Amino acid sequence: MTDTTIDTARLQARKRIRNARISAFVRYVVLLAVGLVMLYPLIWLVGASFKTNNEIFANPGFMPQNPTLDGYIEGWKTSTPYTFGTFFLNSFKIILPKVIGTVISCTFVAYGFARFDFPFKKILFGSVIAILLLPNVVTRIPQYILFRDLGWLDSFLPLWVPSALAGDAFFVFMLVQFLRAIPGDMEEAARVDGANSWQTLLFIVVPMLAPALISVALFQFMWTMNDFLGPLIYISSVDKYPVSLALKLSIDTTEAFAWNRILAMSVLTITPALAVFFAAQKYFIEGISAGGIKG
Amino acid sequence: MARLQLHNLEKTYGNGFRAVHGINLDIQEGEFMVFVGPSGCAKSTTLRMIAGLEDITGGEVRIGDRIVNDLQPGKRHIAMVFQNYALYPHMKVRSNLSFGLRLAGVPKAEREKAVEEVARILEIEPLLDRLPKQLSGGQAQRVALGRALIKKPEVFLFDEPLSNLDAKLRASMRVRITDLHRRLKAEGKSSTVVYVTHDQTEAMTMGDRICVMQSGNIMQVATPKELYDAPANLFVAGFIGMPEMNLVNGRIEGTSFHTAGQAITLPDHVLARLSAKPENAVLGIRPQHLKLSQTGLSARLKNVEFMGHEVYLYADLDGAEIVCVVTTAEYDAMDANADTIRVLPDPTRIHIFDQDSGTNVSLPDQS
Ligand SMILES: Nc1ncnc2c1ncn2[C@@H]1O[C@H](COP(=O)(O)OP(=O)(O)OP(=O)(O)O)[C@@H](O)[C@H]1O
Ligand SMILES: [Mg+2]
Repeated sequence: MTDTTIDTARLQARKRIRNARISAFVRYVVLLAVGLVMLYPLIWLVGASFKTNNEIFANPGFMPQNPTLDGYIEGWKTSTPYTFGTFFLNSFKIILPKVIGTVISCTFVAYGFARFDFPFKKILFGSVIAILLLPNVVTRIPQYILFRDLGWLDSFLPLWVPSALAGDAFFVFMLVQFLRAIPGDMEEAARVDGANSWQTLLFIVVPMLAPALISVALFQFMWTMNDFLGPLIYISSVDKYPVSLALKLSIDTTEAFAWNRILAMSVLTITPALAVFFAAQKYFIEGISAGGIKG
Repeated sequence: MARLQLHNLEKTYGNGFRAVHGINLDIQEGEFMVFVGPSGCAKSTTLRMIAGLEDITGGEVRIGDRIVNDLQPGKRHIAMVFQNYALYPHMKVRSNLSFGLRLAGVPKAEREKAVEEVARILEIEPLLDRLPKQLSGGQAQRVALGRALIKKPEVFLFDEPLSNLDAKLRASMRVRITDLHRRLKAEGKSSTVVYVTHDQTEAMTMGDRICVMQSGNIMQVATPKELYDAPANLFVAGFIGMPEMNLVNGRIEGTSFHTAGQAITLPDHVLARLSAKPENAVLGIRPQHLKLSQTGLSARLKNVEFMGHEVYLYADLDGAEIVCVVTTAEYDAMDANADTIRVLPDPTRIHIFDQDSGTNVSLPDQS
């Protein structure tokens, strides 16, 4: 009697485990399939960059039949007097000051908004939000005229200076929200310990803000790397082209498009962003899922 | 070496709310002063004004012989322990402790020595290389205490430092803090303390003197014993003591106190002390000072609570809710079916309050 009940119980337990396994299996298969569908263009891009130009159109699969580095070698040389290295360098000449400037300036501005009371604070913060909601295109023309009058056309300045002066409302907003979620007690303790506002910012606030700052840096890095319109408007000499423009260049100037070169250079272009993203993934996710600091 | 003085201290918040109504307080060098009062009575506000974390909107704060109104917190020679510890989350305990010294430009070797010393006193040596999130509540509180101690401040400020700890830990931390205070005092180090709490037990056991506050005013400043034996007004009488003091409304006619239906003769010394014969009087007597007696006032028994070694009798005395604390033996001797009890106040413990102004008019020396 008891034996049979134990047996049925065991049977049921085994059945449950089997069901759980099956459902997990199904779940993973579905996830894998969807993931593959979403990644396929990327996989194809990488595969195609090792094909010859002819094979790209002849063979729809992503595995190259005779892998060749031709696309990379020829693409790197470009159809201009400059190698792709120049364009990468240009990109980094924009990205570096922009990212550093953004992180520093947005920290200051956000700290001010989140922790101090000053006249017109509400109106000013309101305008930050308003800028956030404003479509970018609206300000393109006035900005262009402004930078033209400053004599900044065909230089990198219009591309990074506004951001380095906390011009990106989104980052300011993001940091303000993050700061608001951090209780002010630690900063008060620091003041009692003798820190002035700057020391408090540097020694206490910035370390607590680190995850958010890393996401700001990452976002800014990727967006700048991918920015096409900005350089298109402000940069006119080829020797100052960042990679985003340079890619377009190889489409323009070649009569018969050398797709393999374009794809090869595209792969190179996304590599830094991918590398940085994976390296900092942990902080990145911590940062955008914002707010909580463990008490 | 610092005495702490508040002079007509006022606080009006930005939204126009007047939180502190001009308080005066003189805290002696080395004194352990406890601020106690119900939630929202501006204990924290007052403490934060002393610390410099809140602007002072009127009056002055004096530490030693300096007026510190316009000094930054870091320049006031104070240290503060916060309710939720406020340890710097990204720093090891060691750096948490020495952060203030580092800012003050104390050389590294000296800092390390100070850390070792404080860690020894508070028994947190094994924790020095941990991060705050790896500490338990009690350990974190000790580190917070250490961060205050290491600065050798003139005044220590505590804002409900134990309220996040469980009862047992709270009791042991209480002892630890008072011990520490005594030790510092014995060594002749500055050790003026302002300690905010809403916990009566903490207030009574820790304070040299207690400052009872209510909605931004000081109701009484006195030693724990004085507060208990001679509350200056109805508020203090009701706030200090467990269970609360019994307060019975009535009139004084001749030499006796009349409730709605009964009267009790007031002892001569109370009558002699009465500074004024109030129109509407309140008789105050602590539950522990009510005795069961056949000659007492009769009250209708409503509820009985066993507390182990004693029994609380809740009763209705002509409309006033009263509590009488009796020993278990006394309770056992009572008639089990009785629905009235007769209670007689200990004549030496009777207080008479003026119902309108709330002041105790039966205090020994009114001046
Ligand atoms: N920033 C502020 N703006 C306006 N009113 C405030 C502000 N901070 C506190 N108050 C008000 O001031 C009064 C005193 O507050 P406070 O924090 O000092 O009380 P407390 O005695 O410390 O109370 P608790 O025991 O709950 O900590 C309260 O009525 C509170 O609502
Ligand atoms: Mg408080």
